[in-house]
Amino acid sequence: MNSLHSINAPLEYLQIRGLHAFYGESHVLHGIDLQVNRGECVSLLGRNGAGRTTTLRAILGLTGKRTGSIMVNGRETITMPTHRIAQLGVGYCPEERGIYASLSCEENLLLPPQVGSGGMSLAEIYAMFPNLAERRDSQGTRLSGGEQQMLALARILRSGAHLLLLDEISEGLAPVIVQKLGTVISQLKARGFTILLVEQNFRFAAPLADRMYIVENGQIAAEIAQGEIETKQDLLQEYLGV
Amino acid sequence: MNEIFGIPIQALMGQLMLGLVNGAFYAMLSLGLAVIFGMLNIINFAHGALYMMGAFLAWLGLTYLDLGYWQSLLLAPLCMACFGVLIERCMLQWLYKLDHLYGLLLTFGLALVLEGLFTNQFGVSGQPYSIPDELTGAFNLGFMLLPKYRAWVIVASLVVCFATWFMIEKTRLGANLRAATENPQLTQAFGINVPLMVMLTYGFGCALAGFAGVLAAPAIQVSPLMGSNLIIVVFAVVVIGGMGSILGSILTGLGLGVIEGLTKVFYPEASSTVVFIIMAIILMIRPAGLFGKEK
Repeated sequence: MNSLHSINAPLEYLQIRGLHAFYGESHVLHGIDLQVNRGECVSLLGRNGAGRTTTLRAILGLTGKRTGSIMVNGRETITMPTHRIAQLGVGYCPEERGIYASLSCEENLLLPPQVGSGGMSLAEIYAMFPNLAERRDSQGTRLSGGEQQMLALARILRSGAHLLLLDEISEGLAPVIVQKLGTVISQLKARGFTILLVEQNFRFAAPLADRMYIVENGQIAAEIAQGEIETKQDLLQEYLGV
Repeated sequence: MNEIFGIPIQALMGQLMLGLVNGAFYAMLSLGLAVIFGMLNIINFAHGALYMMGAFLAWLGLTYLDLGYWQSLLLAPLCMACFGVLIERCMLQWLYKLDHLYGLLLTFGLALVLEGLFTNQFGVSGQPYSIPDELTGAFNLGFMLLPKYRAWVIVASLVVCFATWFMIEKTRLGANLRAATENPQLTQAFGINVPLMVMLTYGFGCALAGFAGVLAAPAIQVSPLMGSNLIIVVFAVVVIGGMGSILGSILTGLGLGVIEGLTKVFYPEASSTVVFIIMAIILMIRPAGLFGKEK
């Protein structure tokens, strides 16, 4: 049930046009154009250093200077401060997971304020991730890598964010946990979340993503729909070596 | 070094009490400094001057506005909080991305300006501030006389320190504060207004200093230099305790006050330097401080 979306809302939930981003003097993104439609799961693929993580950070205003246009649910955000962008309903799962050592597992979970309606309740979260219930009073960084990744994902689900920016969530995790994450993402898709997935692992992203963008040297090099994976093998080979 | 038998119990307990009182001030002020350093990454050299301003607000309130001690205890910290917010917005916020040194220099300059202004207006000989009627006199405990005002200072500071600890460690607001201290960028990415929290934290630190100032007013003379006399020792306390834990700052402050008091009884020659000697030792064996985390 697409209970998260109203009938008259624009199709594009996230629309990026001509995005240039800098870290200090360093010009990292050279005109990114991409779009994620309501309820879609879009993946950003590419080699290390291509600019995928920077794109996610730029959406939230975590880089240096940005120029161009980033529209979130119809609102222009290029000049907004980070916390206001998040309050529009953007949830972020950073590459390093960002679990706070000075907070317990449950405190980590409860930290992000409500940024939208329809956030999962604590009970629903603990039903989806029973490990987190067990470890709720442990210090955040005492959790295993897989548990920390679950926690990083769980806390943005609780906040009611509708646009999820997920950075390399399968990285460094055991196959059984990666499988569980894949199941969770499928469930989120079914519930109508809009997801932008940065991934190194093509096999993880391909079955989940409705569309894929390939990022190279701070620009979008190619766009591939899920149905086109077979026909565009040469592109995938060229940019990703798969 | 005299053995304990050489010292009359009366003198020992009296000094212990004084030590606890001094320790209470060390605890409150080092707590404020630690909280400010944690959130803003700024070494607030102006802390002593802010404490002095709190005391002066109490005296000015009494002299010109007929405000009693109890009103000052509430109003002076509020005024100091507003003053702190003003300083943070107008001056400190531009320094966060720079080296620690700039924050230190700016707050040091601020301390000099404030002390200079007050010295210019009021001179350096102190202004008297009498103990409020309800707290004059002493409790007779049998083995010693405990001045009521001293007991009040110890109780009030412990309550304030404990309340601060509780707020930071046990509440949602405190969790937000700890998160913003640990990873300000990510915390903002969750929608928490970190710049606002930073501003309010500095205001709170100033309020704590102001509160300590009002508590100090009846105990010592209200003088423009009362802060600078104290701040050096407080910095040593912060170095010894480390910035890692709220409880650590409180315990270190109290403990060092007591050690200083006991030193006055047994070896008075060392009483003004004992804190610095301890600081030197701690820096050699545990540079992050007793309760500190490597930063």
